[in-house]
Amino acid sequence: MIRAGKRAEVLRSNTPWMCLSCYHCVVRCPQEIEITDVMYAIKTIAEKEHTYPSNVGPDFTGVFIGQARRFGRSWEIGLTARHYLRHFPLRLPGMAPMAFGLFRHGRIGILPHRIEQRKQLQAILKRADELERAQ
Amino acid sequence: MSGYLYYPGCSMEGSGRSYRESLEGVLEPLGITLEEINDWNCCGATEYVSLSTTPAYAMIARNLAIAAGEQKDGESLVAACSACYLNLAKADHYMGKQPALNARVNDALGAGGLHYDPGTVRVRHLLEVILTDVGLDAVKAAVKRPLTGLKVAPYLGCMVPRPDVTGMTSDHDQPKSLDMLLRALGAEVVDYPLRTECCGGHMTQIAPRVGLELIRRLVSEAERLEAVMMVTVCPMCQINIDAYQGEMNAMFHTKHKMPIVFFTQLMGVAFGLEPKKMGVGREYTNASKTLAKALKAAPELALAAAGAPPAPRPRPDKRALPMPTMPQTPGMADSEVQE
Repeated sequence: MIRAGKRAEVLRSNTPWMCLSCYHCVVRCPQEIEITDVMYAIKTIAEKEHTYPSNVGPDFTGVFIGQARRFGRSWEIGLTARHYLRHFPLRLPGMAPMAFGLFRHGRIGILPHRIEQRKQLQAILKRADELERAQ
Repeated sequence: MSGYLYYPGCSMEGSGRSYRESLEGVLEPLGITLEEINDWNCCGATEYVSLSTTPAYAMIARNLAIAAGEQKDGESLVAACSACYLNLAKADHYMGKQPALNARVNDALGAGGLHYDPGTVRVRHLLEVILTDVGLDAVKAAVKRPLTGLKVAPYLGCMVPRPDVTGMTSDHDQPKSLDMLLRALGAEVVDYPLRTECCGGHMTQIAPRVGLELIRRLVSEAERLEAVMMVTVCPMCQINIDAYQGEMNAMFHTKHKMPIVFFTQLMGVAFGLEPKKMGVGREYTNASKTLAKALKAAPELALAAAGAPPAPRPRPDKRALPMPTMPQTPGMADSEVQE
């Protein structure tokens, strides 16, 4: 569709944001096209150009990435708490028993775990960002 | 003892804690050792690779570089989480296939004093290691308390069977790997057609209707097949189906109560380990009772399977319609008539 001149429609579509990375399409495609990665590429461009149809998906992914880059690990409670407060405040009352359950069953830590070599990771990511921008 | 390098992944430290506890428990009976790689970082899940290329792959490759540095005898790197396994395998695969990506990733790694040559580390998923290297016979030999009578739905999820960058299997839709393992533990495995369908991933977070509908399909199908428990290999699948079942019931006005556990938990129980030590009971929909009930009923069933005298045939019901009978020929024994 992009080649057919429908670039704007593609980048505004919610299709790539609904992609779950289940890879059914990839193993079924007779032309062996890596469709999941195509979806990822469309998302990457849409995110850069702010053409996504809703900011819920990009925001969730963005916060996840930000925390993983900062701590070197994902931070489950920080991510979900922030996400629900911002996008689904009405779901919060219903979520309370679930959050309580996670604590009760010892399945969640409150503070993020930080890796030791955060400086090394950040140096790698800084260089990677430069290379990505230069593309 | 076979030794492997091990990449746990963030979930194993948090929501997937019972996966870690049970995995640690079954290592010895399986005769394998896992050496956790030093100061590993998050693989970025499906999030980072979906919005960036070089930084996302550099973040994954840092782990591969660390693993390569810790290899003594070409050990494989084992991941138990499906997303971690796929990301590590995919980074290795794409760096090998795309020289430009490899150059950029290694340029970035260089800023941290690291380097990784694709192909150095073989990335494998825990389930595949157990099936291939340990083997079903060794698993069967370690079973002390067969899970006879426990009817389970094997749920693999997406990322172990697909996209299969290392070309491990020809069946990407209905692979029977998990079925075989669970059967080796003595469990009764239902033919669950949704075994590789998606649990919704992060959809429970960004588009709840979509995510909850996917969970509803998975749970109701397992229930329809009369499975009392679902068994998974992935922390994401586990938390989605377990923690969001309440919200799903509220949305669709259903009353499903389907416990879901990790396959390592059932292995531990079958190997005679304490269910609680295997993290059983950390689920929202508690699996302890279901498991205890099945194990209680197990001794008799196990006896029957071992060749004990079969139960007597029920007496014919006098109220039932008459069954067709063969005319008796005089002088002929009953057995001959039946033949």
